[in-house]
Amino acid sequence: MKFTRGLGKTLVFTLGAVLSLAYVMPFFLVIVNSVKPNLEIITDPLAMPVKFSWDNFNQALKKMNYFTALTNSFIVTVCAVSLLVVFSSMLAYFLARNHNKFTKTTFLILVASMIVPFQALMIPFMSIFAGYVKGHNIAMLIFFYQGFGIALSTFLYHGFISNIPTELDEAAAIDGASDFTIFWRIIFPMLKPVTATVTIINALWIWNDFLLPRLVLTRDTQTLPLSTYLFYGQYATEYGQAMAGLLLAVGPIIVLYVFLQRQFISGISSGAVK
Amino acid sequence: MFSPTKIKKFFLFAALPLAIFLVVLVYPFSQGLYQTFTNWDGFSATKLVGFTNYIHAFQDPMFWSTLKFTGGFVIVSLITVNVVAFGLALIVTAKLRAANLFRTFFFIPNLIGGVILGVIWQFIFNSALVTIGQNANIPFLQDSWLNTTSGAFWALIIVTVWQSSGYMMIIYVTGLISIEQDVLEAARIDGASAFRTLWAVKMPLMAQSFTIALFLTLRNGFMAYDVNVALTRGGPYRTTELISMHIFQDAFAFGHFGTGQAKAVVMFILVAVAALVQVAVSKRMEVQR
Repeated sequence: MKFTRGLGKTLVFTLGAVLSLAYVMPFFLVIVNSVKPNLEIITDPLAMPVKFSWDNFNQALKKMNYFTALTNSFIVTVCAVSLLVVFSSMLAYFLARNHNKFTKTTFLILVASMIVPFQALMIPFMSIFAGYVKGHNIAMLIFFYQGFGIALSTFLYHGFISNIPTELDEAAAIDGASDFTIFWRIIFPMLKPVTATVTIINALWIWNDFLLPRLVLTRDTQTLPLSTYLFYGQYATEYGQAMAGLLLAVGPIIVLYVFLQRQFISGISSGAVK
Repeated sequence: MFSPTKIKKFFLFAALPLAIFLVVLVYPFSQGLYQTFTNWDGFSATKLVGFTNYIHAFQDPMFWSTLKFTGGFVIVSLITVNVVAFGLALIVTAKLRAANLFRTFFFIPNLIGGVILGVIWQFIFNSALVTIGQNANIPFLQDSWLNTTSGAFWALIIVTVWQSSGYMMIIYVTGLISIEQDVLEAARIDGASAFRTLWAVKMPLMAQSFTIALFLTLRNGFMAYDVNVALTRGGPYRTTELISMHIFQDAFAFGHFGTGQAKAVVMFILVAVAALVQVAVSKRMEVQR
């Protein structure tokens, strides 16, 4: 019994180790090839680099406008996620605290809207907004994310706020606190776990989103996925540079993940169970 | 009916977010629905044309082949992603010392957008695997998989599994660790084998995790775009375009706005019906435990 259990554990461990290797292998290939000159990659993409050269990185940094794209991605993600937190928590508070036909219908429409794929409205969306986008793409993109992200985030907050007793609001109201104060000083601080979930889920989505930025952004306001894609399309035969570019593109999020791993995992698991 | 304080609260908390929601999502969606019944060309619509756009959409043989390709992709990715994700969840919850490390590795692909994953794998399929195939003389690797329709199909599946199994794994892990210890203890005392415990105790008790993971993979399957664009670009010869990409190409590359939008509405109906059926079936399984 004990022996078989030990054997089973070894088997599971081996399987896990092999699979882990398979899961990181593609990144490993990218790293290895990012420091090799082009010719070496073409002859053998699997060989270890003979001598390291950072030239690929210098080229990629320049050609994909790395720092501009990184800054754009950062601005879009931070602004869109913060606004989503503010808007969706307030909307959820309103919907959870007022029970009438209007709030019930609104909540139902929000939930139903979550199965509408963006592709189902992207064509009319572009014909409506194409004219407004010019000149302030990034601001418009942030605005659009509010519309597309509000449903899920409100839904997540709604479930949590419904479980906070209303006596809390009432007590504060008797003490003379305004609605705004009640929400921001008493309710919102209690929402921390959901705020973490909402932040992580939306940040991952917006940071990596491709289709909407592709439609909305111009050449000089690209986000990271967009500039990586265009760079790769243009320099696909320059394998070394392309690999360096890919590494630069995935670097920031992986570094962040290594530091905030627990928050990422718990954010996703609590967001999914609702 | 509504008191002044309630109306004030509405404007304070709900008006702005709801207005944005209406403008960005509801308005284009209903506009799109309406436009499919007009002769809209991307700029103006002059008259109602009934179901013409839908008839044109379904007369397009390319649309049928896209639907078939998408259907295959949704079904196969649904099964493979969930089987692999559940397997990973079992490994990660097997009380190994390396469990956390494994979980980290399995989840990493999920942090990265489909486009970047797609181009990484394009390199792997076009260069790395071909080199392995030629060096080790493995016949089915000597040519890039992306050169044939069926090869590209499996390439899409592999990348999708690699990308999203980590996410679904987290959902299954959450389900697995939420099962109460005394239930498992009881099963052990009754002499249930590990496999039987899993099949007859654990899986029914975590049915909710299956509902969610299946729903998400179903939706992701229908909506897949990024990996498709970056990995196969629809090729060879537009045979591997999933429905999203097909609609994008139809409207923005070929200027078929009316039929493109009709196809988009068909896509919406497919997603909605499939999701509702799946959730209804899964929910019934949850109740029956």
